[in-house]
Amino acid sequence: MNLVNNILKSQSSMEVLRRSFSISPRLLTEKSLTIREAITQAMDEEISRDERVFLIGEEVAQYDGAYKMSKGLWKKHGDKRIVDTPITEMGFAGLATGAAMAGLRPICEFMTFNFSMQAIDHVINSAAKAYYMSAGKVKVPIVFRGPNGAAAGVGAQHSQDYSSWYSQCPGLKVIAPYSAEDCRGLLKAAIRDDDPVVFLENELLYGLHFPLSDEASSTDFVLPIGKGKIEREGKHITLVGYSIGVKICMEAAKELEQSGIQCEVVNLRSLRPLDEDIIKNSVKKTHYLLTVEFGWSQCSIGSEVITRICESDAFDYLDGPPIRVTGADVPLAYAKTLEQNSMPQVANVVKSIKKILNK
Amino acid sequence: MNIYAKLIVRLPANGCRLLLQQQQQKINSSIPSLATAVRKASSGPILEYDEPNAYKLHMLEEGPSNHVSCTREEGLDFYRKMQVVRRMEASANNMYKAKLIRGFCHLYSGQEAICVGMKAAMDKNDSLITAYRAHGWTYMMGVSVTGVLAELTGKKTGCSEGRGGSMHMYGTNFYGGNGIVGAQVPLGAGVAFAHKYRGEQNVCVALYGDGAANQGQVFEAFNMAKLWLLPCIFVCENNGYGMGTSTARASANPNFYKRCEYIPGLWVDGMDVLAVREATRFARDWCTSGKGPIIMEMATYRYFGHSMSDPGTSYRTREEVQDVRKSRDPIASFREKLVQAKLVTEDEFKGIDNEVKKLIEDAENHAQNDPELPVDELYSHVYSSPPANFKIRGCDNFTFKDISK
Repeated sequence: MNLVNNILKSQSSMEVLRRSFSISPRLLTEKSLTIREAITQAMDEEISRDERVFLIGEEVAQYDGAYKMSKGLWKKHGDKRIVDTPITEMGFAGLATGAAMAGLRPICEFMTFNFSMQAIDHVINSAAKAYYMSAGKVKVPIVFRGPNGAAAGVGAQHSQDYSSWYSQCPGLKVIAPYSAEDCRGLLKAAIRDDDPVVFLENELLYGLHFPLSDEASSTDFVLPIGKGKIEREGKHITLVGYSIGVKICMEAAKELEQSGIQCEVVNLRSLRPLDEDIIKNSVKKTHYLLTVEFGWSQCSIGSEVITRICESDAFDYLDGPPIRVTGADVPLAYAKTLEQNSMPQVANVVKSIKKILNK
Repeated sequence: MNIYAKLIVRLPANGCRLLLQQQQQKINSSIPSLATAVRKASSGPILEYDEPNAYKLHMLEEGPSNHVSCTREEGLDFYRKMQVVRRMEASANNMYKAKLIRGFCHLYSGQEAICVGMKAAMDKNDSLITAYRAHGWTYMMGVSVTGVLAELTGKKTGCSEGRGGSMHMYGTNFYGGNGIVGAQVPLGAGVAFAHKYRGEQNVCVALYGDGAANQGQVFEAFNMAKLWLLPCIFVCENNGYGMGTSTARASANPNFYKRCEYIPGLWVDGMDVLAVREATRFARDWCTSGKGPIIMEMATYRYFGHSMSDPGTSYRTREEVQDVRKSRDPIASFREKLVQAKLVTEDEFKGIDNEVKKLIEDAENHAQNDPELPVDELYSHVYSSPPANFKIRGCDNFTFKDISK
């Protein structure tokens, strides 16, 4: 009798709890993580796991990282594993690549990918092509990572999106993660990968929280490079995005839900190799395609996605022309309104979807 | 029966004029030859002599020993190796002219004393990286002559299966063969970084030319190597010309061994294989004793033009080239020393020459007659770990290659 009373009492208190705080049991156990934490953790775990892994770049050690991406790592792992460099991108990217050729596994951080242009000869000619040119004698297990694309108000020279540049080059693997789970799993996979990887983060996402499943918290959690994810299922149109592009796709999808339009959002996760199949399967279901990214339109990732769909049997499933949402075709201005209108907004996505669907 | 005689060559001070005009790029300068005085002595089969002008020092209290020597065996070995490189490059020259080699081909002829002398002082686990004038180094780092020549002709028996060509040959502890001028220098500093990281007692030798010596990334590499005391020997192979531009026209400071004000430097007569070896021993000791990097400038000369498309006579005279061949050739001068010391007879040298000739001919055979990789192979070795169900696109929408591991 007491037991039954206890159960009834606890059930009713749960009811009270639920009504007052609107907390569902699932959320109580689910963790959340910022992108920043996800990346720091991934690096920490891989550095602890394999003594050949080390982090090298400007301000990564004693400053905890220009964007605090390596917070606490130098204190924990020391000078040997977390290496501060002078401001010499070409030199340290080359040095890191040489160290990789000689069997270490460097994580080479570019403070932003804009500065990687100074070092791009090493990323492409020294790293990407070495395995092929040497007929397999020279492996380059390096990860080049850092923030890519626009920040806020940093001006044209500090805002470029290099997705197209790097993803064009065979020999590289190019990853552009979106969520905390993406960052954890894909950065760990990148560090464990024997090929050179370019890991394109986004500064505007660094502080955002994302839920993290238990599985994704495991130290051996890796995601496959070259496979995308359906972030949201839908049947009316396929939205393909990567990195911060996924964010506005999700926001547009939420907004259009109210109009009865259900968008399927494909998060590419990797740009090279590109997960063609996930896009094709989605297009075959929805019959419409819109690509969304923050980089410039000419030779964009969206151009590649649309061309691949048109070249495949998925073309026959299209009921309307596939189009793109991209950054405006200008160097990025500083003034707030100009900057905002040079970057794609939810409104651009919503407008494009309505046009395609004739709604 | 061989008569071994230990020969000490003493160079009378006033009779000694040496070969060191590298700093002055006078087109018609006649280069004085080494005057030797020979005195026979008894016992021990070695060649030894003093080379008082073999080195110049920058930020170093003392340098390598001016007294150099080698045993008969070493002498034969060095001669043979230099001759292999010389003949191998001659073969490349001929095959290029016969259109069996395409694209770029940069020949090492004249610089043999550097690759042979340096390698003799290196440990077998030391690493090396150089630029595109790499065939001699490729051979010295363990790739067979066939591996080199067949790579030049693009055959699958080439050391890179024909995928690399002249500028992209690799071997054990040998990181190429690099096409972009100067890129190999930070890469080499990175290899040295790896040696130090793993606590190994090895160095990385990173070579570059007088043309590359002005590259910014070279100075970036110097900076980090010194900051972190990397065991890196930076070696400038100064052959007087960066493509068609003499050092005087390219470098405000053509003393390449002095170019870094915080890294000690050593200028070496790069035409003397024993001086090169002695200097390399010194440099290696410097690096492996935790003192950090060191720079060496090897004063040398290339007989051919910059590459096969450069006759090499529009920016220097034929007389200059001939002068060097006559008076400073690293192989002929070393041979002469060994003969004069009565360590090796002319007949023995002829025997070696014939043996080398056969070796090259055999390699040429492979280079000319072996097959290329089948076309399908053009899709492999893009990734060392390709993802599952990975496809590579060919030249049209109907050509794809499935790569699965």
